[in-house]
Amino acid sequence: MQNKNSKSIYSVPYFVWILLFVIAPIALIAYYSFLDLSGNFTLDNYKNFFTSVYLKLTLSSFWYAFLITLFSLIVAYPTAYFLTKTKHKQLWLLLIIIPSWINLLLKTYAFIGIFGLSGPINAFLQVFGISEQQILFTDFSFIFVSVYIFIPFMILPIFNALDKLNPSLIDASKDLGASNWTTFSKVIFPLTINGVKAGVQAVFIPSLSLFMITRLIAGNKVITLGTAIEQQFLVTQNWGMGSTIAVFLIIFMVIIMIITGQREKGATSYGKNK
Amino acid sequence: MLEAPIIRFENVTKFYDSETTVLDNINFELERGKFYTLLGPSGCGKTTILRLIAGFMQPSSGNIYLNGKLINHVPANERQVNTVFQDYALFPHLNVFENIAFGLRIKKLGKKVIEEKVIEALKFVNLDGFENREIAEMSGGQRQRVAIARAIVNDPEIILLDEPLSALDLKLRSEMQYELRELQQRLGKTFIFVTHDQEEALAMSDEIFVLNEGQVEQNGTPKDIYDEPINRFVADFIGESNIVAGTMVADFRVHIDGNEFDCVDQGLNPNEKVDIVIRPEDLEITSVENGKMKVKVDTQLFRGVHYELSTYDEAGNEWLVHSTKEAEVGSSIGLNFDPEAIHVMRLNETEEDFDKRLESYGEEAYAK
Repeated sequence: MQNKNSKSIYSVPYFVWILLFVIAPIALIAYYSFLDLSGNFTLDNYKNFFTSVYLKLTLSSFWYAFLITLFSLIVAYPTAYFLTKTKHKQLWLLLIIIPSWINLLLKTYAFIGIFGLSGPINAFLQVFGISEQQILFTDFSFIFVSVYIFIPFMILPIFNALDKLNPSLIDASKDLGASNWTTFSKVIFPLTINGVKAGVQAVFIPSLSLFMITRLIAGNKVITLGTAIEQQFLVTQNWGMGSTIAVFLIIFMVIIMIITGQREKGATSYGKNK
Repeated sequence: MLEAPIIRFENVTKFYDSETTVLDNINFELERGKFYTLLGPSGCGKTTILRLIAGFMQPSSGNIYLNGKLINHVPANERQVNTVFQDYALFPHLNVFENIAFGLRIKKLGKKVIEEKVIEALKFVNLDGFENREIAEMSGGQRQRVAIARAIVNDPEIILLDEPLSALDLKLRSEMQYELRELQQRLGKTFIFVTHDQEEALAMSDEIFVLNEGQVEQNGTPKDIYDEPINRFVADFIGESNIVAGTMVADFRVHIDGNEFDCVDQGLNPNEKVDIVIRPEDLEITSVENGKMKVKVDTQLFRGVHYELSTYDEAGNEWLVHSTKEAEVGSSIGLNFDPEAIHVMRLNETEEDFDKRLESYGEEAYAK
């Protein structure tokens, strides 16, 4: 009895946290999503979401999140692979991780300076006689900065997966006649797919709801689910519609987590997946 | 014309950085279809030799020939050599069938052919019906067999085995020793087996290479190496042995700490200092009067097949005795042995000189 009581005391902070910061907000969002501007019950918000405006918005959010994830993966996988082969791999990894501890807003502002019309990039271009280029407020700068921000979250799980990979499996693959490429596609990649999935999850889901980077770097050029929610709440003051978008965002996140969360058989080591 | 040796090492040296030499000027030739064992303590370079043959690393200097062709720069995936790894290195994301089919799929063989070959390989290692199992569902011994099947299914010229039995329990290990030996004879392939376990080496091999600190100390049949070890290291590493310092008084006479004994060795310099080996099982317990040597029993262990006695002579040399007879601890006993039981080792003798000397003894010495 004693034991059971003390256990339930320890669980109090957890349940308080879950109640206040997970269940209550989601319940509130769900509640608001059924209210119209004057506070009456309605299903119009949901109907509106399936109009072309919001569907396009959703599609473009997914498209940008997809691009950000893709470019992060393209950079992160070889980087992680290279890091596992270095002598002081934990140190090199740390150097990549450290910038992610710096406040996101600070880093984003730094890019406004770098990409700005009077920033170093334009100054460099002018040396070659190229006139001032509008780099800020473009798709390019938005994706570039997002990839920069998210890359450590992609590298880390992939690095861990590669680091855990038994090197004799690679020897075995070559021993059986596989070329470097076949070894990668048939052995290394399938065995590190969980790291890739974790990285994709860590990048794709936050990318869907990006709004601060979108606002500061892309201006009004890129509208995503994140910026739409902000607009509905703060500009239009349509809490109902904002909540409805948020509900869909949560649904999308859950779907993505289910898709990327499946554990591949035996991908880490023998016996663990039993 | 003689067939080219399947593997030839020519002055092969390997060092990782300028200080650590792993292999020091290794030369040897291996014949097709034999079971070879590279035996030595950890760090002796035996696994390095295996990895050089497999192609996972290149020699720092010297040449390696496969079937008479220089293969120094042929990558691992283009060598007709397959390895059974110490940790088996089975692909955990593939089932038994796909693990074994891995090499065949790379060769782009037809689906039917692959299926036939995999089934046949599984039969060979007594695992028929296991093709759809996951690796995680297999026991250590079964994984071992899958690893062997995965190697033999590719029909390689050589099969390399890197301490494949070390992870198995004692009973399974001796079972697999029989199986491996039998498998090698059925396949008629060249096996190169790496181990630090001398019993394993003696039981399975056609020929053993004893390695120490990057050099081949001695090579020969298990019997040769056991009966005629070239030096203290080999005698000590292979089996249990009593090794004492002695002097060669004349041909067929050896002097050990105040006693002289008959032996079968000749052709050494008079009064040359030598090491003497007598195997514990060649020492026979008798009464003090009848023994060639008088020793005091210090301890006695019952080993099941025999008693293991640790005894000391008057000069303080320890003599290990394996005897089916029991002795009394603390008592004095006599030890008897045949002249053939004494094996004389010259100090710092090269393998070449050693072989020459043994040959020169001819039949008469052994007929005695």
